[in-house]
Amino acid sequence: MLSSEGFEVVRREDLSEVTYLLEVRHPELARAARPGQFVIVMSHAEGERIPLTIADLDRSAGTITLVVQAVGKTTREMQRDLRAGGSLYALVGPMGHPSHVGEAKKVVIVGGGLGIAPTYPIARAFKESGAYVIGVIGSRNKDLVFWEDRFRAVCDEFTICSDDGSVGIKGLVTLGIQQALERHSDVDELVAIGPPVMMRACAELTRPRGIKTVVSLNPIMVDGTGMCGGCRVKVGTTTKFACVDGPEFDGHQVDFDDLLMRLRRFQPEEKEALERWQTQGAAVT
Amino acid sequence: MAKKRTIRTIPQLRTAMTEQEPAERVRTFGEVACGYSLEEALRETERCLFCPDEPCVRGCPVGIDIPGFIQRLGERDVKGAYDVLTDTTLLPAICGRVCPQESQCEGVCTVGQTLAPVAIGRLERFVGDAAIREGWASVPFIEPAGHKVGIVGSGPAGVACAADMAKAGCAVTVFEAFQQPGGVLRYGIPDFRLPNEVLDAEIAKLARLGVTFRCNTLVGRLFTIEQMVEEMGFDAVFIAVGAGTPDFPDIPGASLNGVISANELLTRCNLMQARDFPAHDTPVGIGKRIAVVGAGNTAMDAMRVSRRLGADVMCVYRRSRTEAPARAEELHHAEQEGIDFHWLTDPIEVLDDGHHGVRGLRCRTMELGEPDASGRRRPLPVAGSEHELECDTVVFAIGTNANPILGQTSRIKLDARGYIEVDDDLATSLDGVFAGGDIVTGAATVILAMGAGRKAARSMKRYLGLVDSDVVYQETAAEDTLFGIAADRLGYARVKVPA
Ligand SMILES: Cc1cc2nc3c(=O)[nH]c(=O)nc-3n(C[C@H](O)[C@H](O)[C@H](O)COP(=O)(O)OP(=O)(O)OC[C@H]3O[C@@H](n4cnc5c(N)ncnc54)[C@H](O)[C@@H]3O)c2cc1C
Ligand code: SF4
Ligand code: FES
Repeated sequence: MLSSEGFEVVRREDLSEVTYLLEVRHPELARAARPGQFVIVMSHAEGERIPLTIADLDRSAGTITLVVQAVGKTTREMQRDLRAGGSLYALVGPMGHPSHVGEAKKVVIVGGGLGIAPTYPIARAFKESGAYVIGVIGSRNKDLVFWEDRFRAVCDEFTICSDDGSVGIKGLVTLGIQQALERHSDVDELVAIGPPVMMRACAELTRPRGIKTVVSLNPIMVDGTGMCGGCRVKVGTTTKFACVDGPEFDGHQVDFDDLLMRLRRFQPEEKEALERWQTQGAAVT
Repeated sequence: MAKKRTIRTIPQLRTAMTEQEPAERVRTFGEVACGYSLEEALRETERCLFCPDEPCVRGCPVGIDIPGFIQRLGERDVKGAYDVLTDTTLLPAICGRVCPQESQCEGVCTVGQTLAPVAIGRLERFVGDAAIREGWASVPFIEPAGHKVGIVGSGPAGVACAADMAKAGCAVTVFEAFQQPGGVLRYGIPDFRLPNEVLDAEIAKLARLGVTFRCNTLVGRLFTIEQMVEEMGFDAVFIAVGAGTPDFPDIPGASLNGVISANELLTRCNLMQARDFPAHDTPVGIGKRIAVVGAGNTAMDAMRVSRRLGADVMCVYRRSRTEAPARAEELHHAEQEGIDFHWLTDPIEVLDDGHHGVRGLRCRTMELGEPDASGRRRPLPVAGSEHELECDTVVFAIGTNANPILGQTSRIKLDARGYIEVDDDLATSLDGVFAGGDIVTGAATVILAMGAGRKAARSMKRYLGLVDSDVVYQETAAEDTLFGIAADRLGYARVKVPA
C-alpha cells in the first residue's frame, strides 16, 4: 500500500458519557511503547492528526489502549463512528521520550480528568520499580471517574478528589496532594498529568518544598516528529518542541501562561468545525 | 542533422511556456506552469548546439546526458529521450519542475552566453510528463538477490536509493513517518508547483518495482536503526530522514499565536489539505495579512500558498533580491502574484496584539557590507531605521535543522550540529548503515538528495557484493530498457553474467 493501511480497533468501552476507550491492534507499537509516550492518530483520510497519550498496552495481545475525551469535532466524530471492528486510518508512534522511572523511592502520581489514563502506566511502572506510590486523581464528579480499581491496584495510597464531593474528598487534586505531603515528608517526586491549570497548581505546591515535579504537556501538534514547531513550549529560558524534546518537562520550569495561550490558537476554527458538524453531520450515523 | 547549427541559425528566443494568468491562479492550487506541447518542445530542442564539451552535463549535479536526451527528443523519439534521462535521474517530471536550473545546467549552457539558455528543465519536464501519460517505466524482471534493504524516509533521497536497490534484486522496504510517502515533495512543495498526481505517478513506479512502502512508521521510536540491522534482518539500511526541524529566531514575540514556521503552514496545507477546511478537518491558522520572513524556496512556497488562501502577503528579507536563494522562476512567479517584497529588512520583534496574537512586525533596514563566509554581502543595520509592518501572522522560513529522532535513539555518529556523519561512500559509523540527502548535507535540493540516494545505492551494492550486471532484465518489448536505457544504444549487456 502506498498510503495508510488502517489499524483495527479491537475493543471500545465507554468510560463515561464523554470519555471512551479504544484498544487498537499494533503489535510492534505495543512492544515498543513505554509509559509517558504518545501516538498520533488520524481517524480517516480527511481527518486531522491528533496526539493521544498511550494509556495502556498489552504486549501479548499486541494492542495499545487510548482514552479519548469527546471535546471537538474530531473526537466526537470518533466517538460516534469507531466501534470494535472499525479502524483508524493512521496510527504512528510511540512518540516522545518515555517517562523517566528512576531512583525515586516515594512518588505522588496525580491524574486529573482525562489525565487519569496516561498516569496509570506511570504509576504502575513506579510500583514495579519498587517505589512507594501515592495516587491522587481528580474529577469533576463521580460519573467521570474511571479506572479506579486499576489505579488502586498499583498504589500504596490512593485518593480521589471531586469538585462536587460526589466521590472521595471534595476539592481539587491540590487538596489531596497537600494531605499526602502532610503525611509524608520524604516524597522524592511528583508526576502530574491533566489540564494545564491543574499541572501549574501542582507545580506551585511542590516548588516551595523543592520536590521534583514532572508534567506532561499537550500542546497543539501536527507531525509529532519535530518538523513543524507548532508544539513549541517555553521551558526555563529555552524553547522546546514538546513532541521530540518532551512530552514530559520539569514542572517548575514550564511557562504555563504561554502554554495556555498557545492552546487557544485554533479556538475559532475548532468552534466552527464543531458547530458545522453538529448542524450537518452529527445526526447521521 | 542536415546543417550544423550555430548561435545565429537557432531560434533566438527561448520557447515560452504557457502559464496560468497571475490573477486567475492566485485563486486556485492548479499548476502555474502548463508545460510545453510537443511542437513547443521540438522548437526548443532546435536551440541546442550539441556542444562537444557539454558544459551543461558538468553543470548538472548528477551528470544527466543533456544533449543526448535533447537530441532524441528532437528526433521525436520521446521514449528514447526518457530512456536517456532515466539512466541518471529517477524523477524527471519532478526534477524538471523543481531543480534550480539557472544555477546548474542552464547556468552554464553555451547558448546562455549570448541568448537565453536552452530551457533544459522544461524539456526534461516535458519528457517526464510524457512518460507518466504513456505509462512508460522500465519494470525489469529482477532476480532476487536475497538481500533485504531498509530505507528510512521517503523523500527524493530515499526513493532514489529504493529504486536502484530494487533493480538490483533486493527486497526493499521504505519506512515513512507520515501517512503518505514523498518527503518534502509531499508535505512541503505545493500542488501548483508539483501536482500530487505527478508525485503519485513517480512513486507508483517504485511500487511496480516491488518496493514496499510502510507509512506511519517512526523509525527510532517504533524500532531503532540498530534493531533493523541486528534483529529485523536488514542486510543494509539507508537513512534519508531529511532536515525539516524549523528554526525560530531569538527575538521577542516569537511564541505568539500568529507566529508559525513555513513548514507548519505548508504541512497543514499540502499534506493535511487544510486549504479545504472544513471539508478536511485540519485548519490552516493564518490570518489576512501575512509577513513571511526569508526568501528561499520554502519562503516562496509559504507566500504563494498564503496568497491562494486569500491573504495579503509581504516578504521580509534582510538581504537584497540578488542574494535571495529561491529558484529564479519561483521568485518571478511570486512577484507576478502580487507579493509585496521588503528587501533589506530585518525583523527584530513580533508585536503582541494584547491577546497573545500578532499585530505587526518591528523591523530595521539593512545595507550590504563586505562579503561574508557565504560569499554574499553581509547585511548591516542602518541606524535609526526601525519601523513597523502591520500584519496578523508571521511565517518564519529562515532555515531548518536535522530531524532529531534518529540521533536521539541510535548510537550513530552525528556531527556537532546533529547531522549524520558519513565517509566518501556515504557509509555511517554503523556497519551496513548508509545515509544521504538533507540529513547529511543540511537542507539542499531535490536533485542533490536524489543523487545521494543513487550514490548510496552504489555503495550498498558494493557492500552487499552485488554487481549491476548480475541482474537479468526481461524484455517485454524490443526496445525494453535497463534503467531506461535501450541496450543497443549504450551497449549494456543485460544478461546475467555467470558467476
Ligand atoms: C517548502 C520547500 C520547498 C523546496 N523547494 C525546492 C525546489 O524547488 N527545488 C529543490 O531542488 N529543492 C527544494 N527544496 C529542498 C528539497 O525538497 C530537499 O532538499 C529534499 O527534499 C531533501 O530530500 P531528502 O530525501 O533528504 O529528505 P526529505 O524530502 O526531507 O524526506 C525525509 C522524509 O523522512 C521522513 N522521516 C523523518 N524522520 C523519520 C523517522 N524517524 N522515521 C521515518 N521517517 C522519517 C520525513 O517524514 C520525510 O518524509 C524545498 C524544500 C522545502 C521545505
Ligand atoms: S550547453 Fe546548452 S547548447 Fe550546449 S549541449 Fe548543453 S543544452 Fe545544448
Ligand atoms: S508537532 Fe510538529 S514539531 Fe512537534
